Amino acid sequence: MATFKDFRNSVKPNWCPGCGDFSVQAAIQRASANVGIEPHELAVVAGIGCSGRIAGYINSYGFHGIHGRALPIAQGLKMANRDLNVIASGGDGDGFAIGMAHTVHAIRRNIDVTYVVMDNQIYGLTKGQTSPRSAQGFITKSTPGGAIEPSLKPLEVALSAGATFVAQGFSTDIKELTALIEAGIQHKGFSFINVFSPCVTYNKINTYEWFKENLTKLADIEGYDPQNRELAMQTVMEKEGLVTGIIYQDLETKSYQEKVPGYSEQPLSELDMNLDEGQFNDLVKEFM
Amino acid sequence: MLHQLSWKVGGQQGEGIESTGEIFSMAMNRLGYHLYGYRHFSSRIKGGHTNNKITVRPTEVRSIADDLDILVAFDQETIEVNYKELTEKSIILADAKFKPVQPEDSKAPVFIVPFTEIATELGTSLMKNMVAIGSTAALLNLNTSVFQSLVDEIFGRKGEEVVKKNMEAIQQGYDIMSELLGDRVGEWELAPADGKRRMFMIGNDAIALGALAAGSRFMAAYPITPASEIMEYLIKKLPKFGGAVIQTEDEIAAATMAIGANYGGVRSFTASAGPGLSLMMEAIGLSGMTEQPLVIVDTQRGGPSTGLPTKQEQSDLMAMLYGTHGEIPKVVIAPSTLEEAFFDTIQAFNIAEELQLPVIIMTDLQLSLGKQTTEPFDYSKIEIRRGKIAFEDLEPTENKDYFKRYENTEDGVSTRVLPGTENGIHHVTGVEHDETGKPSESAGNRQVQMDKRFRKLEKLNFDTPVYVNAPHDEADVLLVGFNSTRGALEEVQERLTTEGKKVNHAHIRLLFPFPSEEMAALVNGAKKVIVVENNKTAQLANIMKLNIGGHSKTHSITKYDGTPFLPRELENKVKELLD
Repeated sequence: MATFKDFRNSVKPNWCPGCGDFSVQAAIQRASANVGIEPHELAVVAGIGCSGRIAGYINSYGFHGIHGRALPIAQGLKMANRDLNVIASGGDGDGFAIGMAHTVHAIRRNIDVTYVVMDNQIYGLTKGQTSPRSAQGFITKSTPGGAIEPSLKPLEVALSAGATFVAQGFSTDIKELTALIEAGIQHKGFSFINVFSPCVTYNKINTYEWFKENLTKLADIEGYDPQNRELAMQTVMEKEGLVTGIIYQDLETKSYQEKVPGYSEQPLSELDMNLDEGQFNDLVKEFM
Repeated sequence: MLHQLSWKVGGQQGEGIESTGEIFSMAMNRLGYHLYGYRHFSSRIKGGHTNNKITVRPTEVRSIADDLDILVAFDQETIEVNYKELTEKSIILADAKFKPVQPEDSKAPVFIVPFTEIATELGTSLMKNMVAIGSTAALLNLNTSVFQSLVDEIFGRKGEEVVKKNMEAIQQGYDIMSELLGDRVGEWELAPADGKRRMFMIGNDAIALGALAAGSRFMAAYPITPASEIMEYLIKKLPKFGGAVIQTEDEIAAATMAIGANYGGVRSFTASAGPGLSLMMEAIGLSGMTEQPLVIVDTQRGGPSTGLPTKQEQSDLMAMLYGTHGEIPKVVIAPSTLEEAFFDTIQAFNIAEELQLPVIIMTDLQLSLGKQTTEPFDYSKIEIRRGKIAFEDLEPTENKDYFKRYENTEDGVSTRVLPGTENGIHHVTGVEHDETGKPSESAGNRQVQMDKRFRKLEKLNFDTPVYVNAPHDEADVLLVGFNSTRGALEEVQERLTTEGKKVNHAHIRLLFPFPSEEMAALVNGAKKVIVVENNKTAQLANIMKLNIGGHSKTHSITKYDGTPFLPRELENKVKELLD
């Protein structure tokens, strides 16, 4: 059986020293090993930005696509091969700005893909512009007078969009993050995991220290029940989204693939592609 | 006795105009006639003038007729909009309900028939369509029994009573028309046909069936006119073959999802029109750069922007050939008949996998939505070719490095490995990359990979890049077109030939890479070249000049008012250019 080391490759990440993304990468590698999959049974599909490079840093099938489109690519891949483990990944710009429509609809659609967002509240690769996750008043190159728009609330969006799995992690807590990703992979349906992954170069506000001071672990909240959607929404609103753990999980709803009529149990990629003559003639006759 | 009949039914959108045309057409198909339909409709659900014009012949027909022999009108607007197409030999059948008025300069008489009244007496005004069909049958001197099996099939599940009522409606329409016609009975009788039933379908049906026959089991698409029928057909059919269609949030998702599914190993595609094509540009580039197969259907309609969503145009050509930033190899094909639409779709999937690049199937509204008859497609001609794919697990690679997915091979095509394959791990990225798919900015590697990608086009295996009917070595004129102008051009060629002109015709089916050699030979063998297309800026003529020259003898006939070319108007324009 593969260990997390088998998910390592020889590529040296080009992230800045201290970047939160290193821990996200490690957590995906550990979680994959922990759930017992082999590297060739995993595909990581990523978007564009610093975080998007993650697809190339894990020893698995990797697809580094275009900005904002990791989710449609990942969903198409999963539809083609339902036996494959598919993790989509990207930054907050990727998932909540240019790819927001895909995020909301992937959540609604509920195809069995795990989506890990590396949320650093800033555009790093383009050298420091505001993100939809930047706090109001946040000063960046593109918002010299402070960000005017309020910060997007991904957990509330996900819950409203009908998510069947919503979690949030913090990149320094690899143990918790690994457990969240494991749970996400094992969840039958779309799992949305937002991870606070600080940018040490361009975000001097939402630093490791800032998160440590402001985050609450849901495990520490007495009576918190991740199967209670109303409580999840209430807690997320009360804590202004600054919580970690499994926020919500719906264990009842079936995944999209289980609901599609006629959808093959065998991966589509393995089906016989040929129509036999009888089948073809029947189709032709319908037009006669 | 007529050798061609042109029949049109018109009224307000949403009152069954389309189904009237449909039932009439199906009956004629059963008698063995060839059909070619043209629908005039608007971008709204109900209301607005709509009509369905059907050309019927005992021999093959690929074009809308110039004139109209019979106009069935359910409102005055239908008469006003269409009467100018009528000749002295034509006739208007109008529903008494709207108190029809014959326009002063109408060459054809109005025959007032109580369609709605008869239908209402039989139980429901909805059956006015069947009454009109009965009246049409009387004009054509058809036996109403022709409709029995059809009515059984359409209304059978609604019960015997409904079948009986509908047949009664047809009969009454027939009887009253026979009476009204008096001694003019038999004037619109058509020469008999061979009695052989043919497929009767729209281009979108042919493409959807082609995708199924090509082994495509996944489609991602966003609804749009005039492409939606492709996804609608497959939503019905794919579940029977284990596959699925996803209606996505937009065309960006549709195209990238299809890329993801192709990467996963299932033949996947999307279909759209101009506005969707614009949104897919980044996906086309991704497919080209990552060498993932992708098939896109673009059913052209009137542009730009939202343009004329329900009207004919061929103005996406340049966007398809050159769209997406940077440079990628791609293939653009343009079928011009139903048969080509079916087989070219299969070819598109084969090429997309063999050469690992995006293939665009270009149609236009008239080909996509015009309902036509065609001989049943030949099963034995269906061929699936997938190119280089490693289906079995592989041996470990040297130094446990990534598999060389982008190996610099002689023909430029490298072996694809599907995710899930042991020892096949590699990286895929839209960033320039080395042979294993890892990002690389080295100047040397860039050149190697760029050349490798483009080298693939040299191996393109496309059957019949140009449809040619060129009987003359030294022609007076070469007529050139693409997509649905085929029939009109064929007819013009025929007419001018009987007048003693030496006319060659080339319909280009492969637009990229451009079949320069073949087209240059045809251009060289003609005194004049006339390029016919439904756009303002003569895009095809410019593509020809760019690829093969011939500037001084190349002329253009363009039309961009939203309607297809009719043979006579084209004939006149060609003659003007020849004089």
